[in-house]
Order: sequence, then structure tokens, then C-alpha cells
Amino acid sequence: MNIIVCIKQVPDTTEIKIDPVKGTLIREGVPSIMNPDDKGGLELALRLKDQFGANVTVVSMGPPQADVIMREAFAMGADRAILLSDRKFAGSDTLATSYALAGLCKTLDYDLIIAGRQAIDGDTAQVGPEMAEHLGLPQVSYVCDAKKLDNGNLLVHKENEDSVQVLEVEGKCLLTVLASAFEARYMTVSGIVEAYNKEVEVWNADKVGYDESRLGLSGSPTKVFQSFPKAMKAPGEVHEVSEEEAVELIVNKLKEKHII
Amino acid sequence: MIRSFAENEVKPLAAEVDEQERFPMETVEKMAKLGIMGIPIPKQYGGQGGTVQMYIMAVEELSRVCATTGVIVSAHTSLCMAPILEHGTEEQKMKYLPKLASGEWIGAFGLTEPNAGTDAAMQQTTAVDAGDKWILNGTKIFITNASYANVFIVMAMTDKSKGTKGISAFIVEKGMPGFSIGKKELKMGIRGSATCELVFENCEVPKENLLGQLGKGFSIAMKTLDGGRIGIASQALGIAQGAMDETVKYTKERKQFGKAIAQFQNTQFQMADLKTKVEAARFLVRSAAWKKDNGIPYSADAAMAKLFAAETAMEVTTKAVQFHGGYGYTREYPVERMMRDAKITEIYEGTSEVQRMVIAGHLFK
Amino acid sequence: MELKDYKNVFVFAEQREGNIQSVAYELLGKARDLADTLGEKVVAMLLGCGIKDQAQKLIEFGADEVIVADCPELKDYLSEQYTQVVDQIIKERCPNIVLYGATTIGRDMAPRIASRLKTGLTADCTKLEVVSDEKSNGEPQFRQTRPAFGGNLMATIICPNTRPQMSTVRPGVMQKRQREEGRQGIVTNFVPKFDTSKFKVKLVETIKEDKAMVDIADAKILVSGGRGVQNKEGFDKLQALADVLGGQVSSSRAMVDNGVMPHERQVGQTGKTVRPNLYMACGISGAIQHLAGMEESDFIIAINKDKFAPIFSAADLGIVGDLHKIVPMLTERLKKEIEK
Repeated sequence: MNIIVCIKQVPDTTEIKIDPVKGTLIREGVPSIMNPDDKGGLELALRLKDQFGANVTVVSMGPPQADVIMREAFAMGADRAILLSDRKFAGSDTLATSYALAGLCKTLDYDLIIAGRQAIDGDTAQVGPEMAEHLGLPQVSYVCDAKKLDNGNLLVHKENEDSVQVLEVEGKCLLTVLASAFEARYMTVSGIVEAYNKEVEVWNADKVGYDESRLGLSGSPTKVFQSFPKAMKAPGEVHEVSEEEAVELIVNKLKEKHII
Repeated sequence: MIRSFAENEVKPLAAEVDEQERFPMETVEKMAKLGIMGIPIPKQYGGQGGTVQMYIMAVEELSRVCATTGVIVSAHTSLCMAPILEHGTEEQKMKYLPKLASGEWIGAFGLTEPNAGTDAAMQQTTAVDAGDKWILNGTKIFITNASYANVFIVMAMTDKSKGTKGISAFIVEKGMPGFSIGKKELKMGIRGSATCELVFENCEVPKENLLGQLGKGFSIAMKTLDGGRIGIASQALGIAQGAMDETVKYTKERKQFGKAIAQFQNTQFQMADLKTKVEAARFLVRSAAWKKDNGIPYSADAAMAKLFAAETAMEVTTKAVQFHGGYGYTREYPVERMMRDAKITEIYEGTSEVQRMVIAGHLFK
Repeated sequence: MELKDYKNVFVFAEQREGNIQSVAYELLGKARDLADTLGEKVVAMLLGCGIKDQAQKLIEFGADEVIVADCPELKDYLSEQYTQVVDQIIKERCPNIVLYGATTIGRDMAPRIASRLKTGLTADCTKLEVVSDEKSNGEPQFRQTRPAFGGNLMATIICPNTRPQMSTVRPGVMQKRQREEGRQGIVTNFVPKFDTSKFKVKLVETIKEDKAMVDIADAKILVSGGRGVQNKEGFDKLQALADVLGGQVSSSRAMVDNGVMPHERQVGQTGKTVRPNLYMACGISGAIQHLAGMEESDFIIAINKDKFAPIFSAADLGIVGDLHKIVPMLTERLKKEIEK
């Protein structure tokens, strides 16, 4: 079985701070990590590899610095790593990104593509399903369990808000998975030693061959009109009032905040 | 990788391991799976083929959250596997290293005796040649990992008349006739590491378990300790870094007189000094490890690294408790444990005084 | 076809087991505002099996027209089946804007459709507006605002060159309109043409989630109790409030140490760090160890008898009073609010 896993290098958003004066993101000193859901996806691929034997190829689109997560993937157990890196991809929205990654996948031999549900820097959850459409593959998103059946099909659990759907998928498909369902293994020491002896293949756009009007900023239907920091929290208010008034205050606040 | 392992698997147990004085066997098993128990051992002996630098970074990261776990790995690697790798015969290496490096077995080292601490030359344990075997008699104390170890590197006097040149090294296995583990020490810090006596009563050790040449035991022990010191220096460095991290976090959260205590200049200046010392310790430690990796003599470097890292760890942890105030003195925060753990790094594998002797010895030779 | 020929604001009216989801009505409320600004119509798409009768309810919540696709293939949500139908409707009717709920259904289907139509999609919008100003050369422009970088930054997104312009919106973000009973509208029956050769995913079964195992770190609403709650009975009051709000109960260290609450519910230094949308601290004084675990919450309400309790410095809304009286009253009041 040949499995492709899509991974992305993201800033650890829990460490991100906003410059209170300029209102911009402070990126300095923020560690870059493999996106957690993608790591869950790699874990699923490696579990399938452990059980049935598989060739696991990780693919990513990003700057050359993303080399680090590719090596991390090697150290966890991936067999091959391809990093799509080209200025032509700069400014891609989800559609342009999915087009680029799908184009790369088309040049590879695969039975299954796994992606993370969403990346913590964008939280869109769109690249996976958009790729599946470009590739004409069936998809299952929010995957919390996946098994291979004797007939070769996959039995996949999709986690919804109130239920789990058990789905049987025939043939090639694309899954997007939840990190919480696939606790990623640690890299091993020998994996780390070997990761630096393996080659991360860096591909540019020409190597894949694209309709270039669909790449990068020009290939992105959505544009960022403006960005701004989340409004700062105003200092709180404290009231010493009757119980009835207190309830009234709370209910009004909850309504104002759309919590009820 | 080691950091996330340490954060997720080791840190949650640190307080409990300390509180209950419990050897974290489950952590050792997990570390074994990941290859942490055999980092700088070549692949042909079942190790991971990593470098000393990788190994000491692992000890640092583990010690950052749990000094007990750090010393388990350090004693196992530097004091047991390293002398076998460096002084053992091919047969000894093939017999012991794969099981040790895979973490199936745990290693320990026995040099210190009730009357031979810093003055290690005063060994009273004896080994007598009985034809097809060695007969060992005596007691070793303060042995890290003792009650969980399967393999021990033990120093014993084979010829008292020759002084230090009469000391030899032996590989002793758990279960050899006449060998038993004595009482467990109740300690101030690193309370999860099993520190016990080793008792030899006509203990029979096979002939082929002599490590290195006859009479070279003291030299092997000193070389082993040179390497071990880089491990302990890393442990101290990890403790210091852990206390720094906790203090930075706490002083940013804790508000007094209307502002975070991190905003007071006293906090900032003291922390800046501590940070500088921690970084300096890190460079000493890494430099010693780099030299060992590259076959450059590192004995003085290891001593300087251990001396400085240990004293830095003690200073940082003491101040960390101070910054935490009353809370720092309670077990709700880890800094009091770190302060207790830090103290031993100034004592074992050569006290700070011994390190100064080693450094001075190189200086004035 | 030119961009200006794309007209009307469409809403995907999500249903599960034949029940139209609340998010559909919320989207209709927003769609109504947008359509009124644009001078266009609101059209709901209702897909399912045996759901035709519910179209009127969508009209009463703001739709001018409901397109109903009612057939056995659409009984349960499946990506390909639903994508084919919505894609066909959009291609036939050429909407200007399409809104979906940012649910496991909407977030599964909308990107698939965006990719099929080669148009833009903006996820998890918290604000949608149509603005005509100098930046849009006086033309009405659809602006979609969403959080990025873990909520640290807000970004306003536009989709200038392709249609439809599509967004997903999380449940609870937009406001429903007051239901207008007897409101008139058109119900259009849509007969899909399925390409069944693409149906590669089969639903084996649906397992209803047992939400007994909860991780307070994932909860959107936490009702948290401290020493002031006193005992198990006190926590029952908090649980009743949490149930009404659809949240979970958490605890300070004091109530874990004395055995009233289990450790996995503890917030703070030695417990969990949480950042829910709403954190209600009841009878929690707010020791630094506790604040460290919850101060990142979006909105914090504190109820405490002691007006000098440090929790009030972290709270957005502080109430000095007796939680044992206020919490049950609030629970009753909220029950009535939600029934409305």
C-alpha cells in the first residue's frame, strides 16, 4: 500500500503574542511545529504501515525551512519526503494550495491520501476536501478511526458533533483526521540519527507542471482585505446588587456574547 | 522529541516519584522503546549510533522536568555501558551492550565504599583469583540504580600492595552467587532513583568478567567518571533550566503591588544573571561532549562543566524558590523539589572540591 | 456570465435525522440582512428525505424561497451525494453568496463544492457584511471576517473575481430572527440527477455519541466551582446550570483535594489549562494557581461573596453575592430564555 500524508509546518499558535502597540503578530521566538492534526494523520499512516506494510510518503508545501518537519516525519517512520517549495506558491489560499498539492499527488503512485483535519494557523479544514475534489477522490473528514477490511476497503469512523458515522470506503480515497484520535508516536533516537542521512526531496513548480494561473496569489479566489488584532479585553465590571438584578445582568451579558 | 516525551510522559510523574521515593520503571520501559537507553552506543552493539552530544541533550531534557529520570539514564549510560564499550573485550561488548542499550537491562557502577568516598584509592573490597573465577568480598555504597540494575561495573582490590595500580574492574551480574543488594538510602533529592548498598560475600564472578587489564581498575574508574561528569553536568543543567522556566512562568503570572513580579527590576536583573550562568554552563557541557565525540581529551572540560553546572543549578534553584516565595516552599510548585535535587549534583561523581582538584591538576601539571 | 448576474443569498439548511439545525435559522437571519442590503432574495436549500413539510419553517425564519431536494439518497449526510445536489442547484441558480454552517457537515461539503466551482470559501466567519465604500469603489462588497492564528488575529476576506462567494459560520455566532408565523414564500421542488458511479462511500451505521467522557479542556462553556460551593450538593446546582448552557462542570483545586470533585475536572496550575468561550467561576477566590489555568478564557463571569476576591480582577463580569441563591435562579431563568 502506498500512502501519501500531507503535512504542514505551522507556528505554535499557543505561543503567539500580539504586539500591543503595533497590533501585529510577534513571530520572533515562536516555535514552528508539525501541525498537530497532520501529525495525527502521519500516525494513522504509520499504524497502517505497522499492520499491513506500506510505503509512507510525506508531502508538504512551504519554505525550505519546513525541512525540519520532513525530518521529524522520517524520524517517526516515514519512508520518503517531498517538499514543494517555490515562490510561485506564495500567497496561496486554500484553493490554490489544494490545487498545488493535488498536482503533486497526481505524479505519485498512491492508494490512500491522509491529511490533517485543519491547520492551527488557519483553522479552515478546507485543503483536504478541496484536494479530494481536484483528484476526483471520495473523502471522509473528521476521521477518528480507520481500519482496513479483508475486502481491501477501508472502514472509517467520522466524528460528528453528536454521533459517529461508520463508513465503508471503496477504492482510493482521501481522509482528514483528528489529532486527538491518533496520539502520535515519539520519534525514536535511531530514527533521528537516520533522519539526517535521508534526503528530503525539494520540488519546484516546474517539476510537477501546473497551470500557473491557478497557483499562488493569482490562483487564489479569496484575498485578505485587511487584518487586525482581536479587540483587547476591556477591564471587567463588578456589581454588588440583589440576586434578581445579578441574574438579569448575567443573562443580558450571555445574550450580548451570543452564548445563549 | 525528548522534550515532548519529557513534558508528556516524565513531568506528570515527577512529583509522585519524588513523594513516594519510587523508581519510575514505567518511564524506563518507555525510554527503552524510543532508544533513549542506548543513545551513544554503536549500532553493531544494539545502540542507536548517536553521539555523546545527543545523549547529554537527552539527559538535560529529562532532568529539566525530573532529575531522577535524568540520573537513571546518566548512570546507566556513562557509568555502565561506556566503560564496557571503551574497555571491554569483543565478547563482553556483544554479551552486555545489546541488552543494556535496548533498555532490557539497566546498568550501575560501584566504586564508593564507606571508607572510600572522595579518596577512592582506599578501596577495601577485594577480589581474589580462585583459578577459574574471582571471589569478591566487601561493600559498596550509594549505588545509583542498584536495586533495578542487572549489570554492575565494580571496582575491587586485586593487589593491595600496588595501591591504585592494584585495583581492577569487574562486570558483575545480578544473581551471581554471593552478591546481594543492601539497604536503600533515604535521600534529600533525586528520591526516585534507587540508591542502595551492594554487598559481596564470597561473590563468585567468572574469570572472563574482568573488565580491562588487571590492575587498570582505578584508571578505568577515573576515565569513566570523566565521562560520567558530562552526564551529571547535563543533569544539573537540566535542573537549572527547569527552575528557570518555572520561575519565568511564575513571575509573569504572580502579581504583587499591582504588577507582575517579572516587571520588577530586582527580578529582571537577578534572572538575567541566572540566565547568563545557565547559558555559560550549557556551553561548557556541550563543549566537553563535543570533545569526547571527537576524540579530544576532555577530562578538565568535563570537570569544569560539572563544577559550574552543579553550582549554577544550586544557585538557580535556590533563587527560584525565593522568587516563588511561600508557594515555592510548598510542594504545589516543583521548584522546592528541584532545589533538593540540585544539591546532589555538587556531590556525586566527584564533589565540587574534587572537580577543582582535577581542574587544578591539569592547570599545574 | 458576468459577476453582477449572480444574484441572491443562499443558505444551506442543515438537517440531521429530519431536524433542521439551529445554525440554519441563524444563517437565515444573517442572510436576510445581507440580501436586504443587496436588494436580493434569501433562498434556502433543504436536502433530505421526508423533510418537505419543514420548508415553511425556513420561510418563517427569513427565507423567500426554499429549494427542496427530497429523496432517499439524501436521507443521511454523505459528502458526494450532497455535493452533487448542491453543486447542481448552484450551477442552475447562480447565487451571489452561499452560507453554510461550520459543522462537521458544512465544513466537509463546502470546500468540496468550492473546489468543484473553483471559487472562494472562507471558514468560520464571525462577521459578514456587505459594504459600499471608497475601498470598493462604491460597489457593494461582501466582507467576511474570521479569526486566524488561534484567534490571535482577525482577518477580513473578500472574494472579488469569482462567484458564488461562500462562507461557513459556526453555530451560535449569528442571530436568528424572530419567527414570523404564516410568512409567505415559494417552495421549489428540485429533482437531482445523481451520478451514482461516484458513490464510493457507504454508511454502515451511525453511533450516537456517549458524551460521558469529557475533557474540560475541550469544553466551550465551563461552570466552575470552588470552596464556596461547599459540597456535592453545591456542585449539583452548578451541574444543572451547565446542563442548561450545554457546558461542563469544572473545579478549583480545593474541591478536588477534599474529594468532592475528580482530578480530571481540576482547572489550574496542577490541573488543566482551559480557554472556553465562557468560564463561570462560582465561589472561587482566584488564587494565582487557578487564574493561571483559566485567564485566557474568552469571557469570564465570577460569582463570589467576598468582594475583595482576586477572581474579580480576572473577570469580565463580577457579581458579589451568594452563588447558592444566584445559580439556581439563573438556571431557571435561562431555561425559560432558551425555550423562547
